[in-house]
Amino acid sequence: MVLDVQKLTMDFGGLRAVDHVDLHIKHGEIVALIGPNGAGKTTFFNCVTGMYKPTGGEIGAGRPEAEIQSIKGLRPHLITKHGLARTFQNIRLFPEMTVLENVMLGRDCRLTSGILGAIFRNPRTRAEEEQVVKDSLVILHKIGLENWANEAAMNLPYGAQRRLEIARALATEPFLLLLDEPAAGMNPHETRQLVELIRRLRDEENLSIFLIEHDMSLVMNLSERIYVMDYGKLIASGKPEDVKKDPVVIKAYLGEDVSA
Amino acid sequence: MTQRLNELRRSLLVSLWFMLLTFPIMVIRVNTITGTVRWRWTNLAVIGIGSFFISVVWRYAMQRKAGEAQAVGILSRVGERVGAGTKKIGAVLDIPKVRTRLVGGLLAAAVAYPFLNSMYHTNIMITALTYVVLGLGLNIIIGLGGMLHIGYAAFYAIGAYSYALLNMYFGINFWLALPIGAALAGLFSLLIGLPQLFGIDMRLQQTTVFVYFIMLAVVILTIFVVHRLENSRIGRQWVAMKEDYIACQAMGVSIAKAKLTALGIGAIWGGLVGVIFAARTTFINPASFTVWESVIILSTVVLGGMGSIPGVFVGALVLMLLPEYLRPFAQYRMLIFGALLVTMMVFRPSGFIKKRRKAYTITEAERQSVIKAELEDDGEVEE
Ligand SMILES: Nc1ncnc2c1ncn2[C@@H]1O[C@H](COP(=O)(O)OP(=O)(O)O)[C@@H](O)[C@H]1O
Ligand SMILES: [Mg+2]
Repeated sequence: MVLDVQKLTMDFGGLRAVDHVDLHIKHGEIVALIGPNGAGKTTFFNCVTGMYKPTGGEIGAGRPEAEIQSIKGLRPHLITKHGLARTFQNIRLFPEMTVLENVMLGRDCRLTSGILGAIFRNPRTRAEEEQVVKDSLVILHKIGLENWANEAAMNLPYGAQRRLEIARALATEPFLLLLDEPAAGMNPHETRQLVELIRRLRDEENLSIFLIEHDMSLVMNLSERIYVMDYGKLIASGKPEDVKKDPVVIKAYLGEDVSA
Repeated sequence: MTQRLNELRRSLLVSLWFMLLTFPIMVIRVNTITGTVRWRWTNLAVIGIGSFFISVVWRYAMQRKAGEAQAVGILSRVGERVGAGTKKIGAVLDIPKVRTRLVGGLLAAAVAYPFLNSMYHTNIMITALTYVVLGLGLNIIIGLGGMLHIGYAAFYAIGAYSYALLNMYFGINFWLALPIGAALAGLFSLLIGLPQLFGIDMRLQQTTVFVYFIMLAVVILTIFVVHRLENSRIGRQWVAMKEDYIACQAMGVSIAKAKLTALGIGAIWGGLVGVIFAARTTFINPASFTVWESVIILSTVVLGGMGSIPGVFVGALVLMLLPEYLRPFAQYRMLIFGALLVTMMVFRPSGFIKKRRKAYTITEAERQSVIKAELEDDGEVEE
């Protein structure tokens, strides 16, 4: 197991956005979290990645080869350092930094050089910086963005921006990749490429993947297990084919635009 | 039309608020000797009308600016990138040849300066250079670190006092325990005290030239350090932090640490210059480090161009040298400062010289070699 969440609860004033949710992810799995708009999916992500401090419950996570540790309430940068990396529902790149620099920043939590190293540029710091560039380029190559390396992130086409977010997350050396609606706004061609990319990352990078998605066909096609949330509560979980037939799930999605 | 009226109403409210705020200082005048109170109502009227008009002009300028930005929109962004090579002052500095020549020329002029000019001018220049360093120091905090800091003179003061106290009770250096600037303070106080230490009898003229060169060296050192920091891991953190701090911390950067680093490094320069200032004037008191000092330093950064080294340089020189050479206007300095700052913020918010970040880019050859090495690596694993 790489992620083990128990009875996670998050209140905003009187609103309970996440209500006693249990969820786990095994090493190498692709797991999806779905549910209508406002169900609490992003809030769940934000709790796991430390952007919000959960009101209650427990969150454990750890590399497949190591013990699981509690990460509940840790600050976001420490959770990233622990090995969980995320992307955002609304793309959050560093718009004026180059594509290469965006990925280089992702490497930051694995670097050790300090202020004195920056000022004196000693051999160790220089070597580290060179290595950062190399590592970042290799990641860009894997994601298929290396031709854009010198371009400002904001000048990338939409689909490429989403992929750059994944590249940047990969640079932090995660064991669990959390993707918040990675296909949102993509055209069918870009979505197909994304599905292929996610599969390839899981197979080649020794990763587990946890995604929130609205696009039903993508979810059914890609994920091995699905959790369904509605009004902060977990209402179903299981294999895609079972969840799809679950009357509770169908009912939850009725009020919504099901074309999603 | 209704919008115009709305704007006027807002301006009216602003002026009322100002009248209320300044009422105790500007209207009531207590004469403690005769025990009488004078009500200066004309002052109230002047403030009311004055703030109303300034507010109207300000709002009009802001609106015009917002309108422009909307009209040009995305196009301006593209244009900026394309036209950057020819138009912007900052861009000209990016051309290596221009840069080398300019820096060489400036350096030669700087070295020759004290020999070509009288002590009076050298002294003025020392003060100006002091503010260049202070500006660059504060620039680390606000321009690079993205924090607003209005008490910068405090660091300056700490440096100055640590020197003063070290000097008075040589050996009892508890001020060294002060977190900021004090270690460097000790070092530089020694440097400044060098002539006395070896009993070299310098005449005033020589001392001035000596201090001038120390100041010049500090300026160069500051520029060097800031430049190195900008192009390092921490510089990258600062840029990312300002562009999107939520994404930045989600990518594993400790925002608190990055900000504290900017604050700490910025403060060291304040302390450093404080020491030199104290050594130079041989007399300091709390009045030497008022909010006014902070305001001037902040102005140099804002006017010159936040984050831009040449910008801060120009800003400090302009702000420090102009008043010295335009003595007749000295009493209006505050007014001119204020007007200048407001005008700049409205029409040229990025300062005299806009910061141009040197983005990290790679050449095609570098890219090819890395990718090739990577592919070979993969091949080995598969075989
Ligand atoms: N920071 C916040 N403060 C207050 N309410 C919030 C906050 N974040 C999310 N919410 C609320 O929590 C609920 C779940 O939101 P969210 O997790 O974004 O849903 P989803 O991602 O499933 O669409 C919504 O009702 C939303 O308004
Ligand atoms: Mg969401």
